[in-house]
Amino acid sequence: MRQDRAMILELPKQAQREEIYKSRRNKKAVETVFEIIFILCALVAVISVVIITAYMIFSGGPAIGKIGVKEFLFGEVWAPTAADPQFGILSMILASIYGTFGAILLGVPIGLLTSVFIAEIAPKKMRGALRAAVELLAGIPSVIYGLIGMIVVVPLVAKIFGLALGMCLFSAILILAVMVLPTIVNISETSLKAVPRELTEASLALGATQVQTIFKVQIPAARSGIMTGVVLGIGRAVGETMAVIMVAGNVVNRPELFGSVRLMTTGIVQEMSYSSGLHREALFAIGLVLFVFIMVLNLILNAVLKKGAE
Amino acid sequence: MKKLLAALLAAAMITTAFAGCASKENSSTPSENSSSAGSSSSQSDAALSGILKLSGSTSMEKVAKAWGEAFTAKNPDVTVDVQLGGSGAAVTNVNDGVSDIGNLSRALKDEEKNGLTENTVALDGIAVAVNPNNGVEDLTIDQLKDIFLGNITNWSELGGKDASIVVVGREAGSGTRDGFEEIVGVKDAAKYQSELNETGQVKNLVATNENAIGYVSLDYVDDSIKALKVGGVAPSEATVKDGSYTLQRPFLMVTKGEGSALAQAFLTFALSDEGQEVAKSIGCIPVN
Amino acid sequence: MYKKLRPMDLFLRGLIWLSAGVTILMTVGILAYILVRGVPSISWSFLTTAPSELTGTIGILPNIINTLYIVLITLLISTPIGIGAAIYLTEYGGKSKFVKIIEFTTETLAGIPSIIYGLFGFMFFVVFMGLQYSILAGGLTLSIMVLPTIIRTTQEALKSVNPLYREAALGIGATRVHMIRTVLLPSAMPGIITAIILSIGRIVGESAALIFTAGIGVKMLKLTPAGVFEHLETSGATLTVQLYQYAMRGEDLGVSFAIAAVLVIIVLLINFATKRLARRFRCG
Repeated sequence: MRQDRAMILELPKQAQREEIYKSRRNKKAVETVFEIIFILCALVAVISVVIITAYMIFSGGPAIGKIGVKEFLFGEVWAPTAADPQFGILSMILASIYGTFGAILLGVPIGLLTSVFIAEIAPKKMRGALRAAVELLAGIPSVIYGLIGMIVVVPLVAKIFGLALGMCLFSAILILAVMVLPTIVNISETSLKAVPRELTEASLALGATQVQTIFKVQIPAARSGIMTGVVLGIGRAVGETMAVIMVAGNVVNRPELFGSVRLMTTGIVQEMSYSSGLHREALFAIGLVLFVFIMVLNLILNAVLKKGAE
Repeated sequence: MKKLLAALLAAAMITTAFAGCASKENSSTPSENSSSAGSSSSQSDAALSGILKLSGSTSMEKVAKAWGEAFTAKNPDVTVDVQLGGSGAAVTNVNDGVSDIGNLSRALKDEEKNGLTENTVALDGIAVAVNPNNGVEDLTIDQLKDIFLGNITNWSELGGKDASIVVVGREAGSGTRDGFEEIVGVKDAAKYQSELNETGQVKNLVATNENAIGYVSLDYVDDSIKALKVGGVAPSEATVKDGSYTLQRPFLMVTKGEGSALAQAFLTFALSDEGQEVAKSIGCIPVN
Repeated sequence: MYKKLRPMDLFLRGLIWLSAGVTILMTVGILAYILVRGVPSISWSFLTTAPSELTGTIGILPNIINTLYIVLITLLISTPIGIGAAIYLTEYGGKSKFVKIIEFTTETLAGIPSIIYGLFGFMFFVVFMGLQYSILAGGLTLSIMVLPTIIRTTQEALKSVNPLYREAALGIGATRVHMIRTVLLPSAMPGIITAIILSIGRIVGESAALIFTAGIGVKMLKLTPAGVFEHLETSGATLTVQLYQYAMRGEDLGVSFAIAAVLVIIVLLINFATKRLARRFRCG
């Protein structure tokens, strides 16, 4: 029932009517054009994902074929420029997994407890300050974490553990743990706050202490949100590059806590600029493996979210 | 105010939604633009212009940038863009058209020579660097070999204090690493405790770690590290030039084919007396 | 009401306080450390000159300009597209399968690590499109990267616009486009600006996606009409990339910390700005 008001007021003359019809057609055309523009804009995201995925597969896939899936994923020797080159990335995969695992192991308890503090325990004034602190932590660029790691953490780790060189997996884990904190705190806090008040109050009314309520009622109720935070944290840790490259030592070794390691991400950065031929393809293949990791995490995340919604 | 912003935004939206795609298409040609600009203007010797892209050896970063500065001072319309990546990247980038000139701190391998024109623009010694507090002064090539193969792991075996040796080196695409491993005879066999991507990183690590040993380009040596004698010969301009200091390699600049007119002009400048003087002023060893 | 204190409670309570303490101390510690070590090295000439090998001086003006260039290009491309996409998702799409797909891909884009963007940008923009290492290639790569931030934040802002406004505008005969332009976008403006500021934060802090796309050039911008555009074709290190370069070389850590301090100040400003906006947003 969207009629031009002009028509209702008085019957226009033929010429005016044409004019109105024309303007209405124009308007219709403008509407359609804009709708198409908006659809195109929305499609950019889809197209980007498709192109990126295709590029990762086409540029990384062939190398895996040439090297052999088993040799590539489970080979332990990475000697890309040797006369008889070998491309085994097991050490890098393991280093990435251990690094991430370590970061989560350290970051989740601290992050979760911090979020409990913000959501339940902190005095009102402190809440704002803490939230601001966590947001700042999230906003600090990775290279600054790397710089702090290089100048403060690495020498400290070397001193405390009596190492010749502090660049090692442990230093990387420490830095990554700090970097995943904001993700975990933010999302856990949101989900803790979303726990229905009745649950909390019922628990308190039954005589449970506040701490009991937090650990026995609220945290279990916020489980799926917390899991989401953990999965996102894993994603951040697996994909982190610049901070890690500055502290991990970057030698392809079977990962040891206090040994120099190269992760998948740092492996790419380390050699990308000078690689050529199969070597470069192999680096893209590492990218592909990383990409698959992330995609699997995304799917897990979706599953967690769906389960949480149910 | 809000209205104005909204209107602006809407306007920007319409134009850029398309311009976004259009700009991508335009932008696929700048390399041609710049190189044609370079060649057309070079007919009249006076005014060179355009963008000259260099990439490759990090050991050559200083000298390349210094030449770039001196060159642009004479030709203000030229932009000299120096990227790193290591000597291996130089060849790939020149072949891919990503760079106009590739910097290599080693000789070209036979399989790399295809279609590339090489110019030796300077010489360089590879200094064996240790911390200034390290008591060791002189090592033979054989001792170096044992250190980098992991056969000697403690400084006391070399007359130093009792501390394990921290062996640091460069990444696999580095010309410095290539040259060092080749001459010392540890090609693809060296055991590093840390592999670093740039000359400066090695220098920094050696400067801050008393037990570290590494190798850096001679022009990077200053008070923060100590360059060892090798077989009794200290690295210097003279010993590199006469060949008595054996750990040395050439600095090359390569182009695809003849290279653009701009690239040629740049190379001519680098090899001129003036250019070589610039190289010398920052610690490189001139070729002639 | 009396509740008996259990030792376990005390212990857990202690842990909670400890964790929160660690978090806040770490944040303050990092910021303070960077500022204390960095600010003294910031000087006027440091901010306003280019580095020179011939004179051996260091300045970060080119990096500041490169960062601004990349922020500008990225926003110029991704803001209209992101807003357009958000408008489609909230105003046209409804709950169709297509919308679900777009939302899923947006989530996916948000989850892709920057190093993958770097790899892709290198293959696609630098090599395939022949842009070489250039500020333009870096900006294009980042445009895809910040798209999810802009789409999601704008979407939130659009959703929070009172539906009555929409209906009122449509009811008096405004076309949809007219309604979007005159009612929706102005009301959602604080949200959109927040999206832009958040994106600026992301761009300023980015490094892994830029090293292989925008490269590490440090040339001065030539202030001629041609030079302003030519700058897009040359490589350019942003502040973060330059910080990485200096830090890894370790020759002059003072410079690294000075750049870090500049970055921290930017981050603080951005946080402050989003806070202010969020407050205004809430009050309407």
